[in-house]
Amino acid sequence: MHKEAAIREPLILGHKTYHDVTEDVCKPIEDKAPRMWYILFGIALIIGLYGVGSILYLLGTGIGVWGLNKTIGWAWDITNFVWWVGIGHAGTLISAVLLLFRQKWRMAINRSAEAMTIFAVFMAGLFPLIHMGRLWVGYWTLPLPNQFGSLWVNFNSPLLWDVFAISTYLSVSLVFWYIGLIPDFATIRDRAKKPLSKKMYSILAFGWSGRAKHWNRFELVSLVLAGLATPLVFSVHSIVSFDFATSVIPGWHTTIFPPYFVAGAVFSGFAMVQTLLLVMRKAMGLEAYIHTKHVEYMNIVIMVTGSIVGVAYLTELFVSWYSGVEYESYAFINRFSGPYWWAYWSMMTCNVISPQLMWFRPLRRSLLFTFIISIVVNIGMWFERYVIIVTSLHRDYLPSAWSMHYPSHIDIAIYVGTIGLFFTFFLLFARYFPVLALNEIKTILKSSGESYKNAPDHSHDNHSNH
Amino acid sequence: MAEKVMYAMYDDDDVLKDGAKKLVAKGVKIAEVFSPFPIHGIDPIIGIKNTRLGIMAFIYGITGTMLATYGMRFFMVEDWPMNIGGKPNFTYLDNILAFIPITFEFTVLCAAHGMAITYLLRNKTLPGMPAQNPDPRTTDDKFVMEIRLSENSDFSAEQLEGMIRETGMIELDQKDIK
Repeated sequence: MHKEAAIREPLILGHKTYHDVTEDVCKPIEDKAPRMWYILFGIALIIGLYGVGSILYLLGTGIGVWGLNKTIGWAWDITNFVWWVGIGHAGTLISAVLLLFRQKWRMAINRSAEAMTIFAVFMAGLFPLIHMGRLWVGYWTLPLPNQFGSLWVNFNSPLLWDVFAISTYLSVSLVFWYIGLIPDFATIRDRAKKPLSKKMYSILAFGWSGRAKHWNRFELVSLVLAGLATPLVFSVHSIVSFDFATSVIPGWHTTIFPPYFVAGAVFSGFAMVQTLLLVMRKAMGLEAYIHTKHVEYMNIVIMVTGSIVGVAYLTELFVSWYSGVEYESYAFINRFSGPYWWAYWSMMTCNVISPQLMWFRPLRRSLLFTFIISIVVNIGMWFERYVIIVTSLHRDYLPSAWSMHYPSHIDIAIYVGTIGLFFTFFLLFARYFPVLALNEIKTILKSSGESYKNAPDHSHDNHSNH
Repeated sequence: MAEKVMYAMYDDDDVLKDGAKKLVAKGVKIAEVFSPFPIHGIDPIIGIKNTRLGIMAFIYGITGTMLATYGMRFFMVEDWPMNIGGKPNFTYLDNILAFIPITFEFTVLCAAHGMAITYLLRNKTLPGMPAQNPDPRTTDDKFVMEIRLSENSDFSAEQLEGMIRETGMIELDQKDIK
């Protein structure tokens, strides 16, 4: 029953009992926060508030405070939107797709990856909203009866598809995450000693009891939500790519965009998970649960999706030449040799070359190397979106309209501000929420825990029927 | 009428499962099992039927599909046929491809949220509800089996206690509840 091939590396190191799992995960929440947490939280909050201030300034003044012009009507805003949505793809991929594939290593990372997803999608959602300039009419994107005659939103437009895709993705991910959190909140609730935290976690735990019937429902709900979230993950970034692919701009009008964007999203999302988890496991003492094997698995995903992205870049180049359309060819020649060559080659180096290093086992098992590559990948993925968006727009059919994009300080402040807000949320999550799905970890302790796995089978001798 | 309930506590899921099997074989009815994580295979032993939430998810999903289809047909074909680049929407089928992404998203939205809400309501787990587990340790590393005397009228309290004590439990707690 609790058996697994002996050659598989254990997923939980050391001699852990069920109680140890609870202790290890709950301790950082119950103890006082370390000084480092306050320092990091302070920095993230200041940066985040600077971003919020810049957004308010933009809303008060107008979109003109961005560095956009009449040729380049989309630049950092949409770049940041796509970048954040992409990062937001790892969480649901880990918890949903890997659940369907019964990958047990997901259990150590799914909770924090999902949290990361939700915060990243929040950040992503900000950009289209503030791009409206008039945030308060954001509800006009919904098909609501209105006073403008029978005027409805355009259901033929990929921009509207995006509204539905992003809001469905955000809300379904949030529900999926929270349903998994309920039993873990109950664990913290039942351990809490201070009245305030007892009260707070009681509210959050929804009165969870752990009855067999509830667990039965819990498992089915997780499975069905995973089944629903899996196509959802793929659909969301496909729809984001339709924003570009259904237009007739050379460089955007490409049929390979959906798979290429989805692979890129998973690629950058896993990189962000690595960046966060490598720090978190150390800071919170979770090395026994998230160890080299988990990092290696994630690096393999990064390698595979990075290779898909690399193939997509080369396919795009080839097709632009093979199409025989001079505008299409020029768009790509301009990308790698035009004034934005540095962005193109940064993207190529970060996204195509760096993941290939993961073929070497010592490198993909090296935590320091992984950490560096994970940051490099996210820099590369930001440049990818910048290259696709800005270099396709900046030289259009009329050379008299050719232009360059220079970000204003508000562009930069809002982008950096969202990074600050993201880390603010993530640090709060790490402080107050169980960062590992502790009750899920307990289910694999006997099959994948080091002490059980390599122990002689004495505990089950009396199970004659197994 | 006050009722006597026995809570047998175990510190291992497999011991509890074997104990439950033995008790059920002797004809004891186990009312409930509380555990910190799902014990696979316990449901058929204590006679818990599989949940039908999956069927509900399907029904919610189909409802979403129909709502999205009807809505978009109404908005784009019936109420205000939008003419985009000389390509008007005369019928729903003319433009069905453009409607697929939202139909899909809305199906997922309805299925996921409908099921999640049903799940919370059926479990009676809602914000601020009081904890229902008999012992706070059942969300950490202990497993509790609940046996009600009223459901086991064939046995006396002493007989039941004797049988439970043979199953490798670590603590036995008896409570009178309303």
